[in-house]
Formats: sequence, structure tokens, C-alpha cells
Amino acid sequence: MTTSVRTFPGAKTPDRSWIVDSSGLSIAAYQWGSESGRPLLLAHGGFDFARTMDRFAPLLAAQGWKVIAWDHRGHGNSEHAALYSWDADIRDGVAVLDSVTTEAVPVVGHSKGGALALTLATIRPDRVSALVNLDGLPSHRTVPDIPDRERTRVMASDLTNRLDFRRRAHEGARKPGTIEELAARRKKMNPRLSDDWLEYLVTVGGSESDDGWRWNLDASMRFGGFGPFRPEWSLARMPGIAVPMLAMLGTEQEEMGWGTLPEDVEPWLPPGAKLMPLEGVGHFLHIEKPDLVANLILEFLA
Amino acid sequence: MSVSKAKNETDPTDPVSDVTWLQHNRIRLALHQLKEGRPRGHGNPLLILHGLGELTRLPADPWDHWSGPIWGLDLTGHGQSQVPKGGGYTAEVLMGDVDVALAHLGPVTLFGRGLGAYIALLVAGARPELVNGVVLTDGSGLTGGGEGPQSSTWYLPADADGRAPDPYALYELSNDVRPSDYAIGFLQLLLNGSELDVPLVVAAKNRPPWLAAVAKDPGVVCEGLPQAFERYNQS
Repeated sequence: MTTSVRTFPGAKTPDRSWIVDSSGLSIAAYQWGSESGRPLLLAHGGFDFARTMDRFAPLLAAQGWKVIAWDHRGHGNSEHAALYSWDADIRDGVAVLDSVTTEAVPVVGHSKGGALALTLATIRPDRVSALVNLDGLPSHRTVPDIPDRERTRVMASDLTNRLDFRRRAHEGARKPGTIEELAARRKKMNPRLSDDWLEYLVTVGGSESDDGWRWNLDASMRFGGFGPFRPEWSLARMPGIAVPMLAMLGTEQEEMGWGTLPEDVEPWLPPGAKLMPLEGVGHFLHIEKPDLVANLILEFLA
Repeated sequence: MSVSKAKNETDPTDPVSDVTWLQHNRIRLALHQLKEGRPRGHGNPLLILHGLGELTRLPADPWDHWSGPIWGLDLTGHGQSQVPKGGGYTAEVLMGDVDVALAHLGPVTLFGRGLGAYIALLVAGARPELVNGVVLTDGSGLTGGGEGPQSSTWYLPADADGRAPDPYALYELSNDVRPSDYAIGFLQLLLNGSELDVPLVVAAKNRPPWLAAVAKDPGVVCEGLPQAFERYNQS
């Protein structure tokens, strides 16, 4: 595990970390809390990593939960893969869960991790006892409403751009920089998070070599999925969820969010599910308001 | 992309073809030259894209009479191409496989079977300037997972041992969603970007929804393989 060269108030290095073999791929797993705690699975968002939970996870652990998280393939300390898909992420997550328990556990997921948790609850309902979704409900395309001809042109240039990138992907390496430079780059995607926090993240999610720090993220991954998947298909999984569900939405819209509004979600909620919009909070609600979010979850799981 | 060429001595089941190794991100792809072109540059190169789980091989009539060189690409997880760990297949990543081959070969006519037909449509839409006609025909993996999301399924192959065809590929690429309007988006890009009057021929007898939508488009011709061969062999 990377030695932290920065600290952040309340942030805690996981109590245990280990490697799980998921169909031959090495997946890094982490635990906050004592061995005797009740297990809970925590899924991070896209382009994040398990240790972005260093501030949030200990709050759940302090109340008796054994919080298990993993770095998605290509993220954090997990192996960089040849192929990426949400189905593959779910298999990796279940491999991590299997290394701790074969029972059903509460699953808490942020952003992409929330969408994964939702799918997990429909694919393997035997492994999920409760579901907490933190701003992880894709609801509609983020592509602006533009005329068809223009849309075709945008699609063509997006495709060319992606394929050009793939032709060179094997040469790709992340750009080195100082801790401050890497934090500043991330700030563009996480504008509401503090510099101190982002600099801390560099030291737990990056590696230092002779020419500076680099994020551990696989340089061959691109932001924004491309393919036939429609965000609203995630919502369609919700009515079939049989376990208690709590969904929180940050109401401040920002770059990394899906722009989902409470009225997009309400028609799809399963019976008894709770939807909580959090006023004045952005997409990273567990980072912005860790105590509030942790308390709501603890109350829900009690 | 990086390229290395070697007489194929590693696979005794494939003694005839020359293999060129291409790199697509972390996967080493095998590009086979199945037939040399006739001298003095007659005819386009033809690139064959196999069906799901298939091996690359020279097609039956009429394509074995194609006057240009004939190539075939083993898609990720197939044939002599590398098998990745832990699956995660998408049609879009295979589109990238073919694009790496186009970067090496330059313009080609694409002949796609089954899964390879769907991939051929995607790559032709993305790179119309590098595609001298596309022929879509029957083969394994033509249908995919249908128009919209299916019931969730859990799959963990017991037999993923690194050998091709990768069971993850067999599973994931027979369940990937192929909405008609998504396929039509790629067809429109091809029709807009190609200089050919007829850039795409549907020769498949089976027409899953994505292919039925493509076949219905006024810019597309449906005809048999001999006609498609005539159309593109000399173009």
C-alpha cells in the first residue's frame, strides 16, 4: 500500500488490504473496521478508487460495520485490463465479496458504483440485503438536443477521435506532475472538492517515480462510455428490487454527475424505497458531507 | 499500433497463412494473409471478419476468386489473437480491433460473417474513407442480445483457460444489445462518408432487428454473394 505523504482530517488508511484473483485479473481489496464487524460492500465511482472512501468509510466502520471496498479494474491498485465493461466490474466486485463472505450484505455505491450496485441487486439478489445509491442513477443522455445532421457530425468526430486514440493506446502513459498539478487536473472534474482533499487523493491513488507523480488509473480508459447502452435502462432495473433501498441525489449539477432529477427517479422507485435529494450538495455527496451521508445510511440500515 | 511479421510457425493447424501481428492496446492480434493478390495490382484487398467463435479461413465461392489479396483478422479472444483475462467484451472494442487492421492495410473491402458482419457495419460507419464496400452475411453471432436490455444474467465460465475462443467472448457477444437505431446511426455515417454509390450490401438470409433495419434503408442493396462479388471485385 502507498505510504501517505499527506494527511487529511478524519481520513483513515484501510485496516486491511489484499489482492483477489478475479478470473486471473488482480483486484485490490480493502477493509475498514474490525474483523468482527458486519460486512458491507462499498463501490466507488468511475475514475475514482477505493481510497477515495478514506474519509467516508471509517464513519460506517466506527458504528460496527466491516466496510469492504475494491479498486475497479484499471483503477487504483487493481490490474489494468485489456477489456472493460460494467458486467466485468460486477464480476470483480462479487469475487471481492466472496473473499469475505458468502452471505447477503448491504451494498453502498457512488455514481458508477451505485449503478453497479443496482445491477448487482438484479443479477445476484442473493448477495444484496440492502441497497444505498449515492447519486448513481443514470437517467438520460447528456448529449445536448441538437438537429440530426449535427448529431451525425458529432458522432462521426467522436468515433474518429476514439479510434485514433485506440490505435495509440498501447503507447499511452499518464502525464507526470507534482502533487499540486495532479490535484489541479482532477479539480476540473471535481470542482466542488477542496484542494487539500484532492492533494491527499494523489498520494493514495497515485505513484511517485523519478519524474513526478502519476495517477494509477489505466491511461487507456476514456471518459464517457461509448456504445448502445442508454442511461435510462438503469432506472428500469429499479422496480424489481426486492430489498430496502435508499437513494440520495445531489441537487447541485456538475460535470461528473448524470443530471438526474428527483422527478426522473420517482416513477421507477420500488415499493418502500426512499429517495432523498440533498440540497446544496454536488455529485460527490459522501465527500462533501461525509457525516450527514454516513448518518443517513446508518439510520437506514439500523 | 505496432506491427511485426512472421511466418507462422507457432500454430501447426495454420500452416498456409502468413501472420502479421498487430497491437491493439494490451491485445496482440493475428492478421492472416489468406491469399496473395494477382500481380500488377488487380483489385482491392478484401478483409474477412469471422463470426463469433469461428476461425479465420478463406471463404467458399465466389470470394476465393477475388482478384486482390485476401486478409482475415482474428478478433480479440479468437483464433491466434490474445485472450484477455476476465472478459468485458463489447462490439465497440472489436471495432477498434478492425480499425487497427485498417491502419495497417489501408482501404479494404469488408466481408463480415455473423458477429463480424455487425462489427463490419460499425467500423465502416466510423472509417468510411477506408472501406471500399461492405458485405454483411450470415454466420454465428449475427443476432446478439436483441434490441433492448434483457433480463440480467450471471455468468462465470468454468472453462476460461486462456485458450481461444474465449468463453467470455462467446457469452458476452451473444448477449450484447444491438438497437436498430444504433445500427442505423452507423449506416448513416457510412452513407454520408462513402464515395461509393452502394457502400453496403446485405447478403445475409437471416435478418435480426438491427440488420432488418439496415436492409430496409434505401441506400442499401440486398443481393446474393455472386452479385456482391461482382460489384466490389473490380471497383
